[in-house]
Amino acid sequence: PQDPRVLDSMLPYLTAYYGNPHSRTHAYGWESEAAMEKARRQVADLIGADSREIIFTSGATESNNMAIKGVARFYKSRKKHIITTQTEHKCVLDSCRFLETEGFRVTYLPVKKSGLIDLKELEAAFQPDTSLVSVMTVNNEIGVKQPIRDIGEICRAHKVFFHTDAAQAIGKIPMDVNDMKIDLMSISGHKIYGPKGVGAIYVRRRPRVRLEPLQSGGGQERGLRSGTVPTPLAVGLGAACEVAQKEMEYDHKRISQLAERLVTKIMCEVPDVVMNGDREHRYPGCINLSFAYVEGESLLMALKDVALSSGSACTSASLEPSYVLRAIGTDEDLAHSSIRFGIGRFTTEEEVDYTVQKCIQHVKRLREMSPLWEMVQDGIDLKSIKWTQH
Amino acid sequence: RAVAVGDAVPWQVVDHYENPRNVGSLDRNAKNVGTGLVGAPACGDVMKLQVEVDENGKIVDARFKTFGCGSAIASSSLATEWVKGKTVDEALQIKNTDIAKELCLPPVKLHCSMLAEDAIKAALADYKLKQGPNQEEAEKKA
Repeated sequence: PQDPRVLDSMLPYLTAYYGNPHSRTHAYGWESEAAMEKARRQVADLIGADSREIIFTSGATESNNMAIKGVARFYKSRKKHIITTQTEHKCVLDSCRFLETEGFRVTYLPVKKSGLIDLKELEAAFQPDTSLVSVMTVNNEIGVKQPIRDIGEICRAHKVFFHTDAAQAIGKIPMDVNDMKIDLMSISGHKIYGPKGVGAIYVRRRPRVRLEPLQSGGGQERGLRSGTVPTPLAVGLGAACEVAQKEMEYDHKRISQLAERLVTKIMCEVPDVVMNGDREHRYPGCINLSFAYVEGESLLMALKDVALSSGSACTSASLEPSYVLRAIGTDEDLAHSSIRFGIGRFTTEEEVDYTVQKCIQHVKRLREMSPLWEMVQDGIDLKSIKWTQH
Repeated sequence: RAVAVGDAVPWQVVDHYENPRNVGSLDRNAKNVGTGLVGAPACGDVMKLQVEVDENGKIVDARFKTFGCGSAIASSSLATEWVKGKTVDEALQIKNTDIAKELCLPPVKLHCSMLAEDAIKAALADYKLKQGPNQEEAEKKA
């Protein structure tokens, strides 16, 4: 949800202060510009950057597109190789796939069972014409946190730009672009209790990262992203960043406690529950659990008044479950049994307890209805069965 | 606060999900019980459907267990309702399209109804097999 303080900051710019921030000649423009620049500074402060390095976009998807396609295309005369991982967000993977049709080569690094990449494999993947490495900080499905500082070091040593999709990490864990040697970073507004429809991209100035803009036009945002900056949304993003910086430590402590409560309560009551992704290197607010012998969507139906999601894919055309779970080596049937729980700043203890209670109740009920559970209780090894399909 | 529930899931599916009919198991070793097990855990859909047939070839009881989404559960639950009271041959006429229509399944969920039809057929085939090869020869001669 949007933080009410964010809404407060935005309202003036949705009502009285409607000037175009790029209009240089009148007071309406000047006041909007001032607000936009303040927001820019707030975003920059959160990540240890200079405000000249922050470009407003329509969201992290656009920022990811800009970073990957923009950098690749700018340096394409000499560099044609990109490195990324198999667990990135769809917009990163899709941008890479698109670049492959333009003649670029992409290495999609596998991940270990924990969800973390192998730093040695990263080292080995570099080629003389690698222009960019893109690795997300916190994974949106399983919450795993990559070793960003180490990756930054390796990229610096190879003189290759390092981009990270930090949408799930910003404002939740401390990020510093200089300490972590990050050259490009994608930021999402609605993931830090800000408005939907806005994000930002951090583009390093020293050493200078060049990129080919996706959007052509009047040259706004240093020529990298033409288009009128949506002042109210930018102000909202800035306010969200400032609030997040203040509340980060407290939020992290509270969310860790709630997450621990949720996982412990569920695992004590219900057997055969697996947590997907590394137990230690993670952001606590994103928990992915697989409930063996119960299909994910059927469990979600019982919890329709809670915002959860599943790695199952009955509704997808291919019936293939989550590619992130596949990348960490989860058995397909467990992938179909997975549920992602998100805990945030506004999640209450009552909500956690309610969700836990309903979850336990329905997992037990659905297991009673499950032929797989029945077979396992009878001592049958499911892996020995010849199923009718595949 | 209360969340408004729209038409995202057909109420027929929700009904079968919240009040499933005929969940459970029959004795698979009994001669007049046919058991069908279709689907695969890797696909996220497994249905077990069992029928109990009397000496007149009429299905007197049916049970199901399903690992799958709400539509899969509803499809198999409905299947057990429909086979009860039918003869074996009548039950073989049940089509997935009928199941899908009854439950107002959207296009993406049609495969659930197909699996339910497969489950019915598998259970009946198993029953027929258990009656012995003599049964099949007798049918062929007739």
